[in-house]
Amino acid sequence: MSQTEVSGGVHRRSFLIAAGAGSAAFAAAQFAPGIALADKALTEQAIKKVIGDRKLIEGRVSIDGPEIAENGNTVPVGFEVESKMSGGDMVKAVHVFAEGNPRPEVANFWFSADSGAARGAFRMRMAKTQNLIAVAEMADGKVYMGKRLVKVTIGGCGG
Amino acid sequence: MLRISIAAVALAAFAIGAVSGAAADDKPLQPWERKENHVKPPKGSPLDYLVSGYWFRTPKTRALQDDDFENPAFLWVEQAESEWTTVDGKAGKSCSSCHDAVEKSMKGVSARYPVYSAKNKKMMAITHQVNYCRENYMKAKKWKWESDKMLGMTSLIGLQSRGMPVNVSIDGPAKKFFEAGEKFYHQRRGQFDLACVHCHQGNFGMYIRADFLSQGHSNGFPTYRLKWQKLGSLHRRFRGCNNNIRAVPYKRGSPEYTNLELYLAWRGQGLKVEAPSVRQ
Amino acid sequence: MSRPRVRVPRKIKKGDTVTIKTLIAHKMETGVRRNKKTGKLIPRKIINSFEAKIDGKTVFKAALHPAVSSNPYISFAISPKKSGKIDFVWTEDGGKTFTKSAKFTVA
Ligand code: HEC
Ligand code: HEC
Repeated sequence: MSQTEVSGGVHRRSFLIAAGAGSAAFAAAQFAPGIALADKALTEQAIKKVIGDRKLIEGRVSIDGPEIAENGNTVPVGFEVESKMSGGDMVKAVHVFAEGNPRPEVANFWFSADSGAARGAFRMRMAKTQNLIAVAEMADGKVYMGKRLVKVTIGGCGG
Repeated sequence: MLRISIAAVALAAFAIGAVSGAAADDKPLQPWERKENHVKPPKGSPLDYLVSGYWFRTPKTRALQDDDFENPAFLWVEQAESEWTTVDGKAGKSCSSCHDAVEKSMKGVSARYPVYSAKNKKMMAITHQVNYCRENYMKAKKWKWESDKMLGMTSLIGLQSRGMPVNVSIDGPAKKFFEAGEKFYHQRRGQFDLACVHCHQGNFGMYIRADFLSQGHSNGFPTYRLKWQKLGSLHRRFRGCNNNIRAVPYKRGSPEYTNLELYLAWRGQGLKVEAPSVRQ
Repeated sequence: MSRPRVRVPRKIKKGDTVTIKTLIAHKMETGVRRNKKTGKLIPRKIINSFEAKIDGKTVFKAALHPAVSSNPYISFAISPKKSGKIDFVWTEDGGKTFTKSAKFTVA
């Protein structure tokens, strides 16, 4: 077998071209064809709308997602805030934002004294590789923030 | 060696970011490379070992299949469970009127499909048989191949074979259909002049753009695809794989795709049925 | 086909925090997709909110945006102090609701 052949008998070049054909299956195509995507500034605005002028403190909130999502249309995401969820140490709400989607808002969650823990999970659409941001509003008014980069891959075989 | 170098070229050419490519010699084996996940191929198979598409997926995707609650396909399965006992059509019958409990009557059925039907003188996929029963025995309207009802029903039936080895018959009257499917699988087509065999036999375990190529087995269908955000049929997948190489796809349920389904099932003969599975 | 599924542990140990899982079949139409043939925008239709109540009192609430995938899955925690009933309500754009409930004991 010559160097330019792969074991299936395809010429290397044609294999690569075929690989390129998959680029049409860009994750954003289904989610938001031809629509401008949000950016950092727009996301900051959206966060401000929810928490006002309060200071964002990094920490206490972790956001969990795949390092590399196999498909941007359904990305499993989880979050958790360090909190006793009793007495003065209560989480009121968690707001999730995405920096690279058509709109930064993803979901908002509110907890109660019977929550036991400020955690949750859901599945979301991601138009491209981007940061996810979780903002936690505590009962005492403080606001914490966690961030995570999720890479979104571009599929080769669509359908 | 060669396979690794091509993966590297593909990665460089399409710059997908830091996706780690084929495993180098000193890296731990990937799940699909591990012996315990391999199944002995049938006699005459072109593959050295069989491994389910499941093992090519990330732990996060596999986790969605591991738990029937996390697996959204079960929304359809639950719907089908009630459909099973629902009377429909002029004959005033439901599936259960003739087949009783689905857990018993449909046990192991999917594992041996598609089958040759002497009565109809053709290859029948489960989907064909369900519609045959609806039209002829229930006097009810056919369900569309890709409808929620049909996908739910074929998933419910598939579920009754979960964990059983794929075991299709390719001899006797099935032989000529099998051969047609085999030919299809090896035929180059489309603008890119590629056949199924080139991607799924020659290059499994490699990246095509950022997609990690499996052996392209059918043991998981119907499949909930993260990309589709819904349940889909094997023939929908065929259309996708045809489209991708810019080849004209056939119709779902066409004889061409049903023959291909038979050949593909045999390529995965011995793999455990995973229906309804979850894929990326 | 919007029948929801929920997973609620039937027995909960006093003081424990348990995970509730929910799933509902829904397209979650974003409102930014176009009909391939006509080119017209497909109107937005999503499940925009979700609420869980224990014996009538809200224990968890969520607002969803179009970035949430089809067939939305939501999981969260509860730590109920006594046995009871948990009711789930999903609300679609336009106000249509889907419900499900489950009982649990705390001991
Ligand atoms: C009036 C009786 C009747 C009803 C109602 C009926 N079937 Fe059947 N079904 C049969 C018979 C008889 C066969 C055997 C093959 C044949 O004659 O076509 C069969 C075969 C099958 C098979 C293949 C079983 C095998 O072992 O190969 C499947 C799958 C099936 N039916 C599904 C369904 C479903 C799903 C429904 C409801 C939508 C249904 N049937 C309703 C009579 C019925
Ligand atoms: C250009 C390369 C390419 C060609 C040619 C191709 N496929 Fe695929 N196929 C893929 C990719 C990429 C995937 C998704 C990753 C995977 O499971 O391999 C896939 C997935 C599949 C799956 C799903 C596997 C699973 O576990 O769910 C099946 C079945 C399949 N292909 C069958 C076929 C058939 C049949 C043909 C020929 C008609 C074909 N493919 C041609 C690239 C290709």
